[in-house]
Amino acid sequence: MNGYAGNILRVDLTNRVSRIEPLPEELADNFIGGRGFVAKLMWDEIPAGADPLGPDNKIIMAPGPLTGAFLPGAGKLEFGAKSPASGGYGDSNVGGHISPEIKQAGFDAIIISGQASTPVYLLIDDFNVAIHEAGHLWGKGAIETETALKHELGEQYQICTIGPAGENKVLFACISHDFGRQAGRTGIAAVMGSKNLKAIAVHGTKGIPLADPEATLAKGKEMFAACFAKPGFEEWTPQGTAGVTDWVNEVGAFPTRNFQTSYFPQHKNINGEALVSKIKVTDKACFACPIPCGKYSRVKRPGYDVYVEGPEYETIALIGGNTEIDNIEDCAFANYIVDELGLDSISAGNVIGFAMECSQKGIITAEDLEGRTLNFGSVDDFVWVAEAIAHRRGIGAILADGVKRAAAQFGQGSERFAIHVKGVEWTGYEARYAPAMMLSYMTADVGAHHNRSWAITFDVASGRDKLEGKAKRVIELQHIRPLFDMLCLCRLQWVELGFELDWYPQIFQAVTGKTQSFAELLKFSERVWNLTRAYSLREIPGFGRDFDYPPRRFMEEPIPDGPAAGKVMPREVIDRLLDEYYELRGWDQRGIPSRAKVAEMGLDFVEGVIAPLRS
Amino acid sequence: MIRLATDSSRCSGCKVCLTICALSHFGENNPKKGALRVEGKFPTPGVFAVAVCNQCGACATACPVDAIREKDGVYILHREDCIGCKNCVPVCPFNVLVVHPAEKAPIKCDSCGDCVRYCPRDAIIDTEHTVMRIGR
Repeated sequence: MNGYAGNILRVDLTNRVSRIEPLPEELADNFIGGRGFVAKLMWDEIPAGADPLGPDNKIIMAPGPLTGAFLPGAGKLEFGAKSPASGGYGDSNVGGHISPEIKQAGFDAIIISGQASTPVYLLIDDFNVAIHEAGHLWGKGAIETETALKHELGEQYQICTIGPAGENKVLFACISHDFGRQAGRTGIAAVMGSKNLKAIAVHGTKGIPLADPEATLAKGKEMFAACFAKPGFEEWTPQGTAGVTDWVNEVGAFPTRNFQTSYFPQHKNINGEALVSKIKVTDKACFACPIPCGKYSRVKRPGYDVYVEGPEYETIALIGGNTEIDNIEDCAFANYIVDELGLDSISAGNVIGFAMECSQKGIITAEDLEGRTLNFGSVDDFVWVAEAIAHRRGIGAILADGVKRAAAQFGQGSERFAIHVKGVEWTGYEARYAPAMMLSYMTADVGAHHNRSWAITFDVASGRDKLEGKAKRVIELQHIRPLFDMLCLCRLQWVELGFELDWYPQIFQAVTGKTQSFAELLKFSERVWNLTRAYSLREIPGFGRDFDYPPRRFMEEPIPDGPAAGKVMPREVIDRLLDEYYELRGWDQRGIPSRAKVAEMGLDFVEGVIAPLRS
Repeated sequence: MIRLATDSSRCSGCKVCLTICALSHFGENNPKKGALRVEGKFPTPGVFAVAVCNQCGACATACPVDAIREKDGVYILHREDCIGCKNCVPVCPFNVLVVHPAEKAPIKCDSCGDCVRYCPRDAIIDTEHTVMRIGR
């Protein structure tokens, strides 16, 4: 099977055994790879109702058919598991270099099941697979662990790890790789922690079959040359994602003070220019990336001297704006702390902003906080809470379960400003004056994540007061962007350079030998979108429309100041967006795919589970 | 002719060079067969090092069967003549005679210049300016 390594690796941590199986051709033909494999394997293999943190949950790692090939951005890896944060479908992807390495070792998917009785790490060296004791690594930071394993095993290994947060099953713990890249969302690192799996180290030497090596080389050359010719190749790269900070403030969409407002007056102190001029050491790329967004930095101040990859935009938004840390050095330091602890910097900034607001409002008190109050703008307070969360110490044990569950514990109206969807914390775009972006967050299959549909530029271009056409565009983006996660490619060449989507079916053909137009590839993506919906319908009692609403703050509190002052998105507007979205998707008004849509998508195997939910 | 040199301070560790090198010389999607070396030094000091062959010829001197022969300033490793002794590997001052478990002969640069043309960062350059990055 061209484009594929041809094998699946199964690892059973309970019995400490592994097995290599051939990749089923129909899985590749119908679900392509990456996120498609994750969704289908989760449906088939994780028993319905499994405890996300129990031995029945499985971690699936899947590269895609284009991963590791000669084309721009071919280095992404998809992780999947039943999410402990949402209780439903969960995935997260990471760049770096481990995805091509997994394919070179010979695998298109790794399925990890069971639960080790003691801490272990998984060692994969081509087809030699071993489970080793990791007692000496347990308790170490995520990057500290990667460093230790590189010393132990050799530089040639690509490694992903968890930090203390993953070990302690923090529901927004992240998987760390390549000294500062993370699979951050949906808490899959907590699943690793629950399995006593501290790290995965991979080394592979094999080539990946190509349908037409000459055409791949020729097409790859054309694609790189086309990237080099885009203005953004020179202009966007130096600041990377941090470069968008000013714009997001100018349009009044920058999460500030736990999303109380959407403009941070000090944003120039934490923007891309500050990053480059004050702390950047080098640009750091994922595999085959011509426009490295990784900004490796060093910050040295009284009290600390640390290296960290970042901060990238999301971290700047959620740690910078959302907890009001108003200088790039402290942002980078806070970034370093959460990276070592193994906390997703997005959710960490969101949760800690929430905790700060709770403290300011007296919902949590000095008694809960070992005598402290939590203050916006204080990096000391940020670090104190982050460490409490990662070690589930005191109030940290509650915050470690994310804002949805923490608000349920704290009560006193705090659920109004627990900024999440489906139990997954909101990311870097405040959306009270951005209906397409709002709908994107509401309906993203993993919870409030921007990567399924980043529609804020569409809102600005098409009119932010207009609702017409928003649902349609969100659905288009929800098929385009996750297709990148099925092919396991980075989407930033397209997003940031305007790299044409037509290139992808051309290289797909050279690599796999399969002829699919881009529109045809999008149908695969729609199939997976309906499958992930079905998965959450199967796993979460009462799942459907009620789980697609934003927090009440966005429906009830007008933005107090800044460029979007006075804007709010009342529930009737939210309902109108949802009604149209469901209709266009072929779902009923409770958000359940219709029988016809299920059949159209070739998902007959889900019908028995979701038919009883329709009525 | 092409004479390769590096500016490691520009390298971002993307491995495009290794990937194109292996694909164009072996027809294989396998960056482990690229005839150069990219290493990251992380978490400190946070730099990359890229090393290439400058056709110094030390490998040819070490070869007991003259499988590495000079033509127009470029030392070509003739894979069909190689006996796989790997005497050439440790004498390379840049450690860019690459050993791969599936290949009897080490893998050696032939100065084709594709790494220069497609390095997105201009971290690999041709000091003779015969080739440049595409589009420059």
